[in-house]
Amino acid sequence: MKVCRRSAALVAASALILGGCGSTGGNNSGGSGSSAGSKVTVEFWNIWTTEPMKTYGVNAIKEFEAQHPNITIKNVATENEAFKSKITTLTQSGKAPDVYQTWGGGVLKQQVDAGLVKDLSGDAGSWLGTFTDAAMAAYQVDGKPYAVPEDIGMVGFWYNKALFKKAGIADAPSTWSQLIDDVKKLKAAGITPMALAGKDKWPGHYYWAYLAMRIGGLDALKQAGETKDFTGQPFVEAGQKLKELADLQPFQKGYLGAAYDKPDGQAATMGNGKAAMELMGQWAPSVEKSSGKGIGDDLGFFPFPAVDGGKGSVTDAFGGGGGFAIGADAPAEALEFLKFLTESNEHRKAVQTGGVLPVLKGEEDAVTDPNLSVVAKNLASATGFQLYLDQAYPPAVGQEVNDSVAELIAGTKTPEQVAQAITETAKSE
Amino acid sequence: MTRPRSRGRLRGFTTVLLFLLPALVLFLLLVVAPIAVAMYTSFFKWNGLRGLPTDFLGLDNYTRAFSDPVFLGDLWHGGVLIVLSLLVQLPMSLGLALLLNQRLRGRAFYRLLFFAPYVLSEAITAVLFTMILSPDEGLANQILESIGLGGLEWFAEPSTVLLSIFVVMTWKYFGFHMILYLAGRQGIPEELIEAAKIDGAAGWKVFRHVTLPLLGPTIRISVFLSVIGAIQLFDLVWIITDGGPSHASETMAVTMFQFGFKRFQVGYASAISVVIFLISLVFALLYQRYVMRRDLEGATTVLRDKR
Repeated sequence: MKVCRRSAALVAASALILGGCGSTGGNNSGGSGSSAGSKVTVEFWNIWTTEPMKTYGVNAIKEFEAQHPNITIKNVATENEAFKSKITTLTQSGKAPDVYQTWGGGVLKQQVDAGLVKDLSGDAGSWLGTFTDAAMAAYQVDGKPYAVPEDIGMVGFWYNKALFKKAGIADAPSTWSQLIDDVKKLKAAGITPMALAGKDKWPGHYYWAYLAMRIGGLDALKQAGETKDFTGQPFVEAGQKLKELADLQPFQKGYLGAAYDKPDGQAATMGNGKAAMELMGQWAPSVEKSSGKGIGDDLGFFPFPAVDGGKGSVTDAFGGGGGFAIGADAPAEALEFLKFLTESNEHRKAVQTGGVLPVLKGEEDAVTDPNLSVVAKNLASATGFQLYLDQAYPPAVGQEVNDSVAELIAGTKTPEQVAQAITETAKSE
Repeated sequence: MTRPRSRGRLRGFTTVLLFLLPALVLFLLLVVAPIAVAMYTSFFKWNGLRGLPTDFLGLDNYTRAFSDPVFLGDLWHGGVLIVLSLLVQLPMSLGLALLLNQRLRGRAFYRLLFFAPYVLSEAITAVLFTMILSPDEGLANQILESIGLGGLEWFAEPSTVLLSIFVVMTWKYFGFHMILYLAGRQGIPEELIEAAKIDGAAGWKVFRHVTLPLLGPTIRISVFLSVIGAIQLFDLVWIITDGGPSHASETMAVTMFQFGFKRFQVGYASAISVVIFLISLVFALLYQRYVMRRDLEGATTVLRDKR
């Protein structure tokens, strides 16, 4: 009896331990070998936790499963920030899901270098040619495609036409000096010119990045990424221009502690009509509505203004989107699912929900929302495209850009120190 | 005669081993192994991907930490929070505990009320105070403005953010320390207090020479918990400010998270984690050795004497 009890306790203990070890994974599903006919499960990690994409995703998966009875799609939808932690943990353990959300750039490159991502150039055929160049740009690593886009967008100024009118401003500014003048006019009229989420840091980096683009052109950014030298004149000047703006104190009260989409945050300030403009991506109108009241027809969009004497064109767009990559060990069916999602008829449905913007050639007419339509048209006529800096560069460099620019806006770093700090981080990568 | 005894001892040893084994395996696997791995990776430049680290740096990650103004700022913030906790939070808890030890109406209700914040999770506390102390529409500023005082920027201003974080910390934890002190105070026999009073000691003198010394063990453990908590502070800061504005509220744990999971510099983040571990360990050992020695008598010392 005694022995029995002891071993029972031991078995229980070891079961506990083994259970603890066993449940570590996301990728228990496929393995590479998958024979036709037998049941295959494809794990699909996405960030479709909010409408309209939530419902769209569920329906798309249902339809795919109906067409392919032998394939089961395991839908793992995780909220944006939580997704980033989750995928980080999984990739650090040397695994990747079968099909998963990616934003391309430096993070994708690290995953590719670790051998976790499937190179799509071999199996793709004519498929890759259906996407627009701007949409594909983020997913090329060393000249090879490792993911395909589902969504693409750009950053620009969203402004409150009523408040602009109230301050006596007739047209949206097209140069930086006009923008500065308008900020002064708005302040004189007692209106907060801009909303900014200082706590979240990434909204601040849009200003610096766009200024660098307008001053030095896309080549300057590309070159800096390669030579790891951000001390060049465009970057320092971008810092000086941003400091010139920040010195006017254009942002809402308490902006240094404000988050983007929380109550009292940047989107809510803008959505409740308490600030005249915000520099934000294509999702701005919907977040303004969900965090605040939304300003309806008063909302307008203008691209980031040109800087006098700058090399960059005002039609160069800065932004990013989202796409899907395939894990290196995923079954062949994963590719089939991804092709289904990005095939013209299916993707049109996604665009029509208003949740994503066109990534396929000639898809612009599927956009129904007037605000998004403006963005889609700007993108379609863009002469160049730059991915968000915190994604284009390796994660450490991107974060340093965000951190340093936040300090520049807060007044604790000079433009030269910002350029220096980013360069140092880039060199140490 | 010796044989059965040694057999008995052996059996005893086996039993002990079998009982310890599950806990020991879990401890080694979940506590000791991660610490060892963190120490190992802290000597490398490693992004956490691509298998095991190979790019050996020696002590570079450590010298980098101690020359980085952000990390030095973390140490300073930790120190400020510890000093404030010891000078403000704990005396306040002690005062409340002594007050709630008196007979007064609704005593049980007050005890419950003051302990309630401790029951909330840190995340909920953080979200709650983000709203209350919001500079634009927050409750705190509306009250301040309605009584004619200007609103503060709380978490949005580098010079006030650390104090604001401390306010939240105090709100969350004073009830916990209060309950500790209350329990300690109730463990003091009334006879001692009465005896002191008969000897002619009044209010303050009773407190100074009877209550306070007898509360010693409780105070020492409460200081210990408070300091360790301040060193490892993470959740509140992460949710309320992310360490900003301009790193003004960043703590060591926040920096570690930033570098480990945002910048993928896992080697450097490991080095920071090892520093946090060592600071906590050295503090705990010294504190137990020199400050809590008397309290621990009868636990460790006696056991050693008997062996």
